[in-house]
Amino acid sequence: MADKPIQGEKRVFMTGNEVVAYAAMAAKAEIMYGYPITPQNEIMHYWTRMAPKYNREFLQTEDELSAGFTTLGGVLAGRKAFTATAGPGNTLMQEPMSMAEAMRLPSVVVVQQRGGPSTATVIYSQQEVTMTTLGGNGEGLRVVYSTSTHQELFDYTIKAFNTAWKYRFPTFVLGDGYQAKMRESLTMYDPEERGIELLPAQPYMGKPGTPGVDRPPSQYRNTYNVEEELYEVLQGYFEDYAKMAPEVAEYESFGVDDSDLVVVSHGVVARACKEAVKELREAGVKVGYFRPITLRPLPEKQLREAAEKSGRFLVAESAQGQLDRLLKEALFGAKVEMIPMYKPGVGITSEEVAARVKSVMG
Amino acid sequence: MSVQPAMPKSWRLDTKPHKFCPGCGHGLVLKALGQAIDELGIQDRAVFGCDIGCSLLSWDFFNVDTIQTHHGRTTPVVTGMKRANPNLIGIAYMGDGGGYAIGSQHLVNAAARNERITVILVNNTQYGMTGGQMAPTTMPGQKTETSPYGRDPEKTGYPTQGPEMVAAITKEGAYVARGTVANLRQLKGFIKKALENQINGGGFSFVEALSTCPTNWRTNAEETWNFVEKEMTKYFKVGEIKVPGPRQEEGN
Repeated sequence: MADKPIQGEKRVFMTGNEVVAYAAMAAKAEIMYGYPITPQNEIMHYWTRMAPKYNREFLQTEDELSAGFTTLGGVLAGRKAFTATAGPGNTLMQEPMSMAEAMRLPSVVVVQQRGGPSTATVIYSQQEVTMTTLGGNGEGLRVVYSTSTHQELFDYTIKAFNTAWKYRFPTFVLGDGYQAKMRESLTMYDPEERGIELLPAQPYMGKPGTPGVDRPPSQYRNTYNVEEELYEVLQGYFEDYAKMAPEVAEYESFGVDDSDLVVVSHGVVARACKEAVKELREAGVKVGYFRPITLRPLPEKQLREAAEKSGRFLVAESAQGQLDRLLKEALFGAKVEMIPMYKPGVGITSEEVAARVKSVMG
Repeated sequence: MSVQPAMPKSWRLDTKPHKFCPGCGHGLVLKALGQAIDELGIQDRAVFGCDIGCSLLSWDFFNVDTIQTHHGRTTPVVTGMKRANPNLIGIAYMGDGGGYAIGSQHLVNAAARNERITVILVNNTQYGMTGGQMAPTTMPGQKTETSPYGRDPEKTGYPTQGPEMVAAITKEGAYVARGTVANLRQLKGFIKKALENQINGGGFSFVEALSTCPTNWRTNAEETWNFVEKEMTKYFKVGEIKVPGPRQEEGN
């Protein structure tokens, strides 16, 4: 039985959901747990078609709570496990991921954002930013990659497994319905052939030997008796997170050094912004482009530099200021005017961005 | 020096005495489970998941790898482990609130999928850890903090018949029984058979244990014993409900 669905490199034209399934295979994910919700369903569809051929497993659960907690069970048993969800499913997913944060369990969740609040639309939005970066009853101890292209969906799904298993924080790949359903060209590859080391999973439970005889038992809890006990544990987590942040924070930018305005966006909206800024710059307009790839942690240093240099941010997003809120927290005290361009649950075109930039810049 | 009864070999001695209230039934159920683990020789393969509620206090109870999960979520965590590594013996340990209320969808679906795990559910007719609220298993007329005038079945329904429900939705090969801390030898036998069913790959195995909570029942020793032996058994019938093999003799 072949264990690799991708040998060498391969140019393909496929939907984002298909890309995620292939990327998880390429990252040597061993088991997927999932529950149907649009627009992520085809991740499961492609995974279940490939799984038996490449010795991988799948379990369809009763809901996203179960999908999240069975994923954590798979991780505890020493497997690279993952799940995928969207919208109201992402809401339920926050409970298991808060346990992953509390117990430092590596886990990968792919989110294909849909409209909100509530059931809303099954189509598209960027309205799961607040929840995916800061959800659950905790402190946002997770990593969130916001992808923009199918190539990135492939690259960052693979990377998410390494980030999760290296730093032991839950890691999200934040896509959306457009990326999920759209077809696009990309190059798929075997990461190891490109020199990308794939970190192996280690069992937390059921290690060799008899507990109490050959080794101490592995026992994990998420309940603490006193305030100070919890406080101390969390200080260690915050320290680890702060140390990790500059290592994992990523961004993409151009033209921020000589601009009077920088368009800031993430995910699929950044494609429109990129195109608009390129065209405007070619026409001589002093406008820059900045896109955080990690929404948590944000590339704070580079954001502040871009803010201080340009003095004006135009924040474009398919939500009512969810990215904007994160930016404002990161930029507190910086001298920068924040200009909103919000279209919650609706796509944004490059023409709209260009028109808005022109109207702002006069 | 007085002679102490032997503790199961699989118990973690450095965490004893345990943290449960005096008169609590958890220690007895966990003793029966410990003995079953010893007799089956599965201490190296068993993985133990405990819920939130009083069962969480068992997170360091055994010399067995243990995960404390969220309220109601022990069944999916243990299911996930078992699916990922079928060589493990997955034990999900929870209370009646965790299994029949907040986690009932997980119990129903794990049973319907015939997951090869063992669920042990401790029924003490109320929520112990949170201070004695009404549970799905509260007896008709029983006073709790959220049914201070006694449970009215007209308004809040009748107690959940958990094992009967699980038996109804599992396929042949599943093992379902209801034991009681009032008959520990029988309870140990049920738990052992439940674990054997998992070891043999038979299917889902489920044991409900009738248990005691003198703290929230506000009962003395005699009243406590009377409630678990006489009152609870009027509604919750003790015995095997579904067995893959020959039936166990009564009181065995």
